[in-house]
Amino acid sequence: MAKVSKGVRLEHISKIYRDPKTDKDFYAVRDASINIEPGTFVTLLGPSGCGKTTTLRMIAGFESPDEGEIFLGDEAINALTPNKRDTAMVFQSYALFPHYNVFDNVAYGLRLRKLPKQEIEERVHSILALVEMEGMESRMTNQLSGGQQQRVALARALVVEPGVLLFDEPLSNLDAKLRVNMRTEIRRIQQTLGITAIYVTHDQSEAMSISDTIIIMNKGEIAQMGTPMNIYYHPNSEFVADFIGEANFLEGETLGMEGTTCRVSIQGKEARVVTDRAISAGHPCKVVLRPEAIQIGTEGLLPCMVELSCFMGSYQNYHVRVGDVLVKIADNCPVNKRIFMVGEKAFLSFDKECAHLL
Amino acid sequence: MAGVRVQSRRLERRKFFADPIMVSTIVVLLIFLALFILYPLAMLLVDSILDKGKGFTLDVFSRVLSMQRFQTAFSNTLALGLITGITSTLIGLLFAYVDVYMKVRSRFVKKLFDVVSMLPVVSPPFVLSLSMILLFGRSGLVTRTLLGIYDSNIYGLHGIAIVQTLTFFPVCYLMLKGLLKNIDPSLEEASRDMGASRWKVFTTVTLPLLLPGLGNAFLVTFIESVADFANPMLIGGSYDTLATTIYLQVTGAYDKVGAAGMAVVLLGLTLVLFMIQKYYLERRTVATLTGKASRERMSIADKSVTRPLTILCSLVSVFVVLMYISVPFGALFKLWGRNYSLSLVHFEYIMKYGGARAFRDSFMLSMIAAPITALLSMIISYLVVKKKFRSKAFIEFVSMLAMAVPGTVLGVGYIRGYANGLFGSGIMQGLYGTGAILVIVFVVRSLPVGTRSGISALQQIDRSIEESAYDMGANSGKVFMTITLPLIKDSFFSGLVTTFVRSITAISAIILLVTPRYLLITTQINEFAEKGKFGEACAYATILIIIVYASILLMNLFIKYFGTSKKIREAEKHG
Repeated sequence: MAKVSKGVRLEHISKIYRDPKTDKDFYAVRDASINIEPGTFVTLLGPSGCGKTTTLRMIAGFESPDEGEIFLGDEAINALTPNKRDTAMVFQSYALFPHYNVFDNVAYGLRLRKLPKQEIEERVHSILALVEMEGMESRMTNQLSGGQQQRVALARALVVEPGVLLFDEPLSNLDAKLRVNMRTEIRRIQQTLGITAIYVTHDQSEAMSISDTIIIMNKGEIAQMGTPMNIYYHPNSEFVADFIGEANFLEGETLGMEGTTCRVSIQGKEARVVTDRAISAGHPCKVVLRPEAIQIGTEGLLPCMVELSCFMGSYQNYHVRVGDVLVKIADNCPVNKRIFMVGEKAFLSFDKECAHLL
Repeated sequence: MAGVRVQSRRLERRKFFADPIMVSTIVVLLIFLALFILYPLAMLLVDSILDKGKGFTLDVFSRVLSMQRFQTAFSNTLALGLITGITSTLIGLLFAYVDVYMKVRSRFVKKLFDVVSMLPVVSPPFVLSLSMILLFGRSGLVTRTLLGIYDSNIYGLHGIAIVQTLTFFPVCYLMLKGLLKNIDPSLEEASRDMGASRWKVFTTVTLPLLLPGLGNAFLVTFIESVADFANPMLIGGSYDTLATTIYLQVTGAYDKVGAAGMAVVLLGLTLVLFMIQKYYLERRTVATLTGKASRERMSIADKSVTRPLTILCSLVSVFVVLMYISVPFGALFKLWGRNYSLSLVHFEYIMKYGGARAFRDSFMLSMIAAPITALLSMIISYLVVKKKFRSKAFIEFVSMLAMAVPGTVLGVGYIRGYANGLFGSGIMQGLYGTGAILVIVFVVRSLPVGTRSGISALQQIDRSIEESAYDMGANSGKVFMTITLPLIKDSFFSGLVTTFVRSITAISAIILLVTPRYLLITTQINEFAEKGKFGEACAYATILIIIVYASILLMNLFIKYFGTSKKIREAEKHG
C-alpha cells in the first residue's frame, strides 16, 4: 500500500451527553488519553454503555469531544468533518449501499476522489482479491452472505487507503463460527497492509485474539490498557479481571513480601502470590484466580466442597465452595484424572505465578 | 462539569458551516417556509388586529363576530365537522374491523375494499357532490326517474355530510386498519379464553385499546371537514360553512379585511384541533399499540356475524363506486333527468369554450409543482431525520403546519400578503396573479404529505449507510444525491405523483388567487356546476378523473419497473 498509516492520539478526551429522561448531563467518555502507534491493532473493549463506540465515533468525526483534542498523525482533527478525515470505518451493520453492486460499493470512495477510471478498476479488483471476493463484482449486496457482506465492507474501507481503519463491532451480526474465521482474516489483512486499526467490541475473546493492545473501558473511563496477556494475567481491578475471561476472587490479608512473592493469608491458610508491587503486611487483599489456574485434588491448600461437576469435553467444570465463596475450576484434560462428584470433599491449590494480587 | 458541552457545540457548529451546500440549502428552505407559509398567515393576524390609523384594535374581530352570517357559518361548520367526523369514523371502523377480523372469501368484495380505500387519493374534490346531485337532486336519477320524487332537496347539511362522509371514511378505514393489525391477537384470545363473548371482547378489549386511535381518526376527519371548501360550495345550498363564507366575503362582499378576520378564526380552530391530534392523540395511539402482532389472528368465521357486516360494507362500497361511475355518464348523457341518450355534446361544448386551455394550464402548473414539491419534501425529510441543526424543529413544524391550514385560509393569506407586495411595500408584487404564485400554493399544499412519506421512508434506512458514505469522503449534498435519494426513490416518485394529483384537483386556495390569465379545470367545474350546467361540469370532472387515474397507474408502473425495490427484488429472485 502506497500510503503510510498514521498513529492516533487522544488527549484528555471527554464526551458529555444529556440524559433525555432526567435532563442530567453525564460523562459518556471521561478524560481518555490514548496513544496509538502507527500500524498497531488496538481494541476498545467493554460492556455496553462503557463509551467505546462513542470514542470510536469521535475519532471518525461523527461526534465532537467536549474536552481534549484528537490527533491523527500530527494533525489536530477536532474540527474536521468525517468526510475530511483520513479514516475509514467498517460498521456493525456493514452499511453497504443496497442500490449498488459490489464493485460500485467498493469504488464509491475512489469515485469521490475523482480518480481515473482505469485506476479505480485496478484498485477495486486488487482489494477484492485481498478480501477473497474476486468475481463477485456484479453481485448486489443482498445476494451476499453475512460474511461476504463483511468482506465487501472491509474492502470498501481499505480501498481508500485510510490512515486509520475503524471497526465498530463488525462481527457481532455473524454466527459464532464465521466470527472466528473473520477475525483471523481481519488480523491477517491488517498485518499484510501494516495499517493502523482501532476496533470496538464487547467480546473479550475476539479482543484477545486480534489485538496488539487492548483498552478496557468501564463507565466512560479507561480501566486498563495493555497487551492481551498482560491484561489477562495482571488485571488491575476486579472489574477487568471479571470482564476478561472468568475469574475467582479470594479475600485475604497480606502477611509480607519475600522478594517478588507476597505471602497472603486466605481463610487462615498461607498462600503465595507473585506480584510486581511491594505490599506491606496487614492489608486486606484479593487474590485473582483463573479457573484453569486452580488444581483440584485430594490434598492441597484450601479445603472445599464440590457443588457442581460436569464434563465439558476438554475440561471438567467444577463449582466448589471454599468457606462461603463459590469458586469455578476448569480442570483440563480430565481423562486421566480423578473426577470429584457433587458432595465430595476436596482441596484446591494454585501456583504462585498463576495467581494475581489485587 | 463547568461549561458543559461548550466545546462539542462549538465543534459541531464549525463542522456544520464547513458544509456550504447544506448550509445554503437550509437557508433557502427557511426563506421559502417563512415567506410562503408563515408570512401569509402572520399577515392575516396582523391585518385583523392592526389598523393603519388606530394601531392595535380588535374592531375587525368584533365586527366579524357580530355578523349574523359569520355566527351561522361558525356553528354550521362545527355541526358539520361533528357529524362527518362521527359517521366517517364509525364507517371506517366497520370496514377496518371486517377487513382485519373476518375472512372475506369473495375476491370481488376484497377488490371492492381496495378500490374504496384508493378513492380519496384519486378523487377530485367535486366528484361526489356532482354525482350526489345527479343521483338524488331535483332531477336525480334515483329520486326523480326511479322514485318519482319531484321536490327532492339534496342541498344543505345532510347533502354535505353524506358526501363528506363518503369522501373521508376511507381515510379512517386505513388509519384504523393499521391500528387493528397491531393489536396482539393473544390479548383478545385471553379474554375469550376467560369466558367473554365476542361482543364482550370487542367492548372490553378491542375498543378500549383502539380508543385513542378512534379519537385520532375523528379529529383528522373533523379537520378535513372543517377545511373542505369544494363540497359545501357545490352542494351546501344555503348552508354556508366558514370556508365558503370566507370565499364569499372576498369575492362577493369585497371585504378582504373581514375575510382575513374570519380566516384567523378558522385557522385558530383547525390549529387547535391539529395540535390536539398531533401532540396528544397520536402519541397516545402509539403508546397503547406498540406491540406487533405476535402471530396471525384467528379470523371470525361465525356467519351470523360476518354475513351482515360484510354485506353492509359491500353495499357502502358499491354505492361509492356507483357514485363515481355516474359522473362520466353525467358527461355522456344529453340532458340528465330528461334525455338519457348518449352524446358528446358536453365535451364538444367545453372544448369550444376554453377546455383545451384549462387542460393545458392545469396540467402545466401541476407539472411544474410536482418535481419541486417532491424534491423539497425529500430534502426536508432528510434534514429532519438525519441531520442535527438548530432550525430543524422550526422546519419540521412549519412544513407540518401547512397540513393544518385550510386552503381557503392560505388563499386569503396570499391575497393579503402579496396583492400589494411584501408588507404592502410593493416588493414581490409582481408575483401576485401569476402562474408562479399558483405553483407555490400547489407546493405548499402538498409539502406536508410528501414530507411525511419521506420521513417514514427515511426512518427505515439504517443511519450508518449514510454515515459510511460521509465517512468515505462525500459531503452532505453528495450523500443526499448518491445515497439517500436513490434509496427513497419510491417515496420521491409517489411524492411527485401525489403532488401532481393534489395540484390538478386543488380548488380551495386556488379559486381565490387565480386570475383570468389562467383557466383551471377545477374552477371550471365549479363555475359550470354553479350555473347548473352539470353535463359540462361532469365532462371536466371525467377528464380530471382520467388524468388522475392515469397518473397513478403510471406511478405504480414506474415504481414497479424502476423503483428501488426493483433491483433488490430481482436480486432476491436470483439469490
